[in-house]
Amino acid sequence: MTEAKKDTRPAPSRPLPNLNELDTAPFWKATGEGKLTYPVCNDCGTVVFYPRAHCTSCLSDNLDWREACGRGTVYTFSIVRQSYHPFFRGIAPYAVAWIDLEEGPRLASNVIEIDPDNIEIGMPVELVWEPHEDLSVPLFKPAT
Amino acid sequence: MPAQSRDAAIVGVHEFPSRDVEGALSPLQIKAKSAAAALADAGLTLADVDAIYDAGEGGGMAGLNIAEYFGLKPNVIDTTGVGGSSYEYHAAHAKRDIAAGKANVALLTYGSTAHSAAQRIGVGGRGATGHPSDNMDMFAGMTLVANYAMVAARHMHQYGTTSRQLAEIATATRYHAMRNPQAVQAMKDLEFLDIRETSIDDVVNSRMIADPLHLLECCMISDGGGAVVIASPEVARDCAKPPVWIIGTGEATKYPENGGDITTSAAAQSAPAAFGEAGVSAGEMDIAMIYDSFSITVLTLLEDLGFCAKGEGGNYVEGGKLRFDNPAGPALNTDGGGLSSNHPGMRGIFLLIEAARQLRGESTSQVQGASLAVAHGNGGMLGSRHTAGTIVLAGD
Repeated sequence: MTEAKKDTRPAPSRPLPNLNELDTAPFWKATGEGKLTYPVCNDCGTVVFYPRAHCTSCLSDNLDWREACGRGTVYTFSIVRQSYHPFFRGIAPYAVAWIDLEEGPRLASNVIEIDPDNIEIGMPVELVWEPHEDLSVPLFKPAT
Repeated sequence: MPAQSRDAAIVGVHEFPSRDVEGALSPLQIKAKSAAAALADAGLTLADVDAIYDAGEGGGMAGLNIAEYFGLKPNVIDTTGVGGSSYEYHAAHAKRDIAAGKANVALLTYGSTAHSAAQRIGVGGRGATGHPSDNMDMFAGMTLVANYAMVAARHMHQYGTTSRQLAEIATATRYHAMRNPQAVQAMKDLEFLDIRETSIDDVVNSRMIADPLHLLECCMISDGGGAVVIASPEVARDCAKPPVWIIGTGEATKYPENGGDITTSAAAQSAPAAFGEAGVSAGEMDIAMIYDSFSITVLTLLEDLGFCAKGEGGNYVEGGKLRFDNPAGPALNTDGGGLSSNHPGMRGIFLLIEAARQLRGESTSQVQGASLAVAHGNGGMLGSRHTAGTIVLAGD
């Protein structure tokens, strides 16, 4: 029997967004300040999400960023039991979900701080930040 | 139906037989071998080809490098690359280009070594494309299976659809696969366990990959490829096999929208265009070649194509209705489908190939007297951004 070697590799980490992607950079930079934001068209009122520098209804570039309150509901979800990604393999089973924010944006995220088997569609959830070096990742937990 | 167009026909098809080339062939070589076999099937030669259609899986500058690779100087080059439905787009565009007098003989090819290259398509990490949408989603670990599973979860929530109903799709395609020697060999080569007809219980008792989708509701990852030759009526008349006419085409996209309904796919837009042009309805189809990446893909697409109303897919598929020998419904994926015969990543070309075989009377699960078929490709991901390509086909 050979002696088990100590694994000195760094623990696998969550894949993180690129802060230099120009359409979504303002969103991700705001997460570093604890703000969940989304663009709204000043000309026609459309909520643009995923974030872009133009309106998806009228192509106007006259947009403002607003801050979401962080409350939403689970539109749909799945419990991932098999992944080849080193980080996600390590946390499986985990729940991925489309979250509908109160202000309208629908975003992909994880539902945490609950046994995945107890998650339900329509469940109210609230934002919880997972901090990283230059940004934070918006995750969701059951609303208190 | 005198108003129906007879502008272009599928005159040659070939499905590359191996699902595991063991690293001995490249995707481009599979394309070339398939092109040769499909042209021979049509009774045509490379010199007859004046238009090429390519999804770009052979690398960048697709239109140029595939022309040179084959040794062609085509007059029409179309490199629409929209995922697994690309070949339905190619068939639509070939019909359009031939009808416009721009081409006489169109060549569509596909080659992939997804299996021997060990691509983790379903449960792998998603590569960053640099597209802003990916930059928003990638942190969540949404595997491709989970992406589709979220459609299934929502469908169950909204309409009461059950796993046992979804399993009907997997059991029907396996029923057909067991009659297709190529599909049985594929399952052997890909080391499927316990290769046999499956029951509803088998499917719902197989292990969960991403809730609510079980292993037997997920397609295989194979090597493979194929080719389709589409020709003008003048050329088709002199070909070796009876023509299979393209009588209707439709294209559409769908992507996440705030407040949108994930249970309706882009097919709800492409199908009315295709059936409207053809002057026929889904209910008249003998054959339904519908992209079966997962069970939920077929259930959603059956509804959106108009085989039943939205939300009624679960009831519609019950009782083995999709089997080739059950006249109560269309015969689904009579080659065995992506679930049990062939899925190298972009299955769309096989939908055209098996539909053509059915309308020529050559399928291993032949529907007697089959005269109408629909081939519907779904490209990208059903639960987020995807494309739809609907092709309606008629026998001669």
